[in-house]
Amino acid sequence: MRRILSILLENEPGALSRIVGLFSQRAYNIDSLTVGTTDDTTLSRITITTQGDDRVVEQITKQVNKLVDVLKIIDLTDSSHIERELLLVKVFAGNEQTRASVTRVTDVFGGMILDMGKRSYTVQLASSSDKIASFLDMLRHESDIIEVVRSGTVGIGRGDKALKG
Amino acid sequence: MNEQFNGSELVVKALTELDVDYIFGYPGGSVLDLYDALFAQDDIEHILVRHEQAATHMADGYARSTGKTGVVLATSGPGATNCVTGIATAYMDSIPMVVLSGQVPSNLIGDDAFQETDIVGCSRPIVKHSFNCRDAQQIPTVLAKAFYLASSGRPGPVVVELPKDILNPQLKYAYEMPARIDMRTYNPSSKGHSRQIKKAVDAILGAKRLVVYSGGGIILSNTSEQLTELVETLNAPITNTLMGLGGISGTHPNFVGMLGMHGSLEANKAMANADVILALGARFDDRVTNNVKKFCPNATIVHVDVDPTSISKTIQAHIPVVGSLETVLSQLQSAIEKSALRIDRAAQESWWQQITAWREQRCLAYDTQNTVIKPQTVIEKLYEVTQGNAYISSDVGQHQMFAAQYYPFKNPRQWINSGGLGTMGFGLPAAMGVKVAYPEADVVCVTGDGSIQMNIQELSTCLQYGLNVKIVSLNNRSLGMVRQWQDMMYGGRHSSSYMESLPDFVALAESYGHIGIRVDHPDELDDALARAFSITDRLVFLDIRVDENEHVYPMQIKLGAIDDMWLKKGVKA
Repeated sequence: MRRILSILLENEPGALSRIVGLFSQRAYNIDSLTVGTTDDTTLSRITITTQGDDRVVEQITKQVNKLVDVLKIIDLTDSSHIERELLLVKVFAGNEQTRASVTRVTDVFGGMILDMGKRSYTVQLASSSDKIASFLDMLRHESDIIEVVRSGTVGIGRGDKALKG
Repeated sequence: MNEQFNGSELVVKALTELDVDYIFGYPGGSVLDLYDALFAQDDIEHILVRHEQAATHMADGYARSTGKTGVVLATSGPGATNCVTGIATAYMDSIPMVVLSGQVPSNLIGDDAFQETDIVGCSRPIVKHSFNCRDAQQIPTVLAKAFYLASSGRPGPVVVELPKDILNPQLKYAYEMPARIDMRTYNPSSKGHSRQIKKAVDAILGAKRLVVYSGGGIILSNTSEQLTELVETLNAPITNTLMGLGGISGTHPNFVGMLGMHGSLEANKAMANADVILALGARFDDRVTNNVKKFCPNATIVHVDVDPTSISKTIQAHIPVVGSLETVLSQLQSAIEKSALRIDRAAQESWWQQITAWREQRCLAYDTQNTVIKPQTVIEKLYEVTQGNAYISSDVGQHQMFAAQYYPFKNPRQWINSGGLGTMGFGLPAAMGVKVAYPEADVVCVTGDGSIQMNIQELSTCLQYGLNVKIVSLNNRSLGMVRQWQDMMYGGRHSSSYMESLPDFVALAESYGHIGIRVDHPDELDDALARAFSITDRLVFLDIRVDENEHVYPMQIKLGAIDDMWLKKGVKA
């Protein structure tokens, strides 16, 4: 099953490569990966989505925890959480009809048109991964997709609980 | 004003303060400033090897025999990459080691400069941790962290990369060593959880067929005495892994031998029929378990390890206990003494009767006759001539298993072998590392004609430093274990397992300034061994022509249960 893991680690050179290396070396797959610093500039936060049953995820979390740079790792999957992914998509918008339908679909999904070319629109959508997938499906019906870039998922637990250093 | 030091002097000063007596290494461009600083002092002795791989194995043998952290120094690029096999060997067996690697100057890093490789990247999967040291002032702190990480928790190798510019003798800094190392992301656990300890004790005392299964963790954590006390309190049968030999004396009445692929029948039978297994510092390696799906189906598994990732990695533990063995063993001992539960002595009696019956099958018996030397005989005679007191390092192959099976190790740290990685070429340099630590002891490298040739250049280092180890080569003119597998699993097709054009090992040893003795016939063996061990001021290379058709038995049957074994050619247990 799909899992979403959040990792807090030292903001040191090479720390990210240790995490990524661990996944490949232990034959665990990474579906998506996002990294950024936190409010504590000495710490980075990584969100990884991966596949695995409980046994696999237990090993992944233990192995990641064993890395000296890692402060904490949690599996967000089982608790209530919010997930977001950023999509930027460039679609063909060369005539009035497609411009209108792309605009309509973007409105329905709560997206935003960021840029217009002579023959294209660039659209942003920040949403869950499956909603992004259905948005792309819908766009494909209405127009031709020229370019897609997705950020990978970030996640945070709901409520007052926090993953902090 | 405080005294000022250049980067190279900071390295040497920090290493001295960290209680380093020996560095095993090889110079090169990027570390010449450091070598110059080593030249100017007497606290640390540098041992010049002939190949950096041997430096890592020497540091490893030194660490395994003493418990101290082994230290390696190599130059950037090829010097550093030559260390990779030794780092991996230490990683797989959790050996404390610090590898100092040179690097090209900071301003050239990333330019494919002469003798540049990203050694931190190359070694990433096989280190406990690594450091790119980019600031000379940080050298003492980085080294203190490196030594702390290498030797604490589950030990392991740590790589420290030192670019040439920070070692520059012209630039001076103050020496600042942190009073204590505090790392917010690294807190190895020591005490076992009290609820888990209680569950473990209830299971252990409730057992009718208990087996203690102990591994290399006992050796690494110096808990051999505590283990022996616990085993005696419980009167439990105990088996050691290959890495755990010497954890309890090989002649202790409760010891049922090594377990696993070439373990004893009684050890594997006891494991298979146990109702409770107490695993201590052992990791259920595939060379122990055989087919995990068939592994000890009726046993409750209590697994104690300092490393939580070892627990339930291959075999699901019913009662996991994370903690240092030193603390957990004393927690277990005192909880057992305080418990209201009592061992079922009647059940234990019949369990021991069963084990005795398995023992009486004498699984290590072998066919002896007088025309060819049997490798097992060599090890038995080696035990006699050394009175069981020698440090034995081994290479990897049939000779390794014969040494493990036929030399009962009395003490921890007496058996030095590459268990996890199975590194051929480990034996000689590892023995040299032991000899550096214990110049007066008998240190024997048990090897074969294949393995010894993987680091034979170190005979030269032995001459330079008077490292008078004994090399006992069980020469069967072939890669014995490969050949055995080809006999058993590849229809006897000996693809590339035959060593053509072997050197004259006696002449070779002599050309390096040592003594070589060839033994061709069983009648000559006693005298040759006696002569070899009477010589203490020279290295002796015993080239012993053994039976090339001998196989190592017992041997687990592929993909079977732990106790599915071949007892000898064509005979199943």
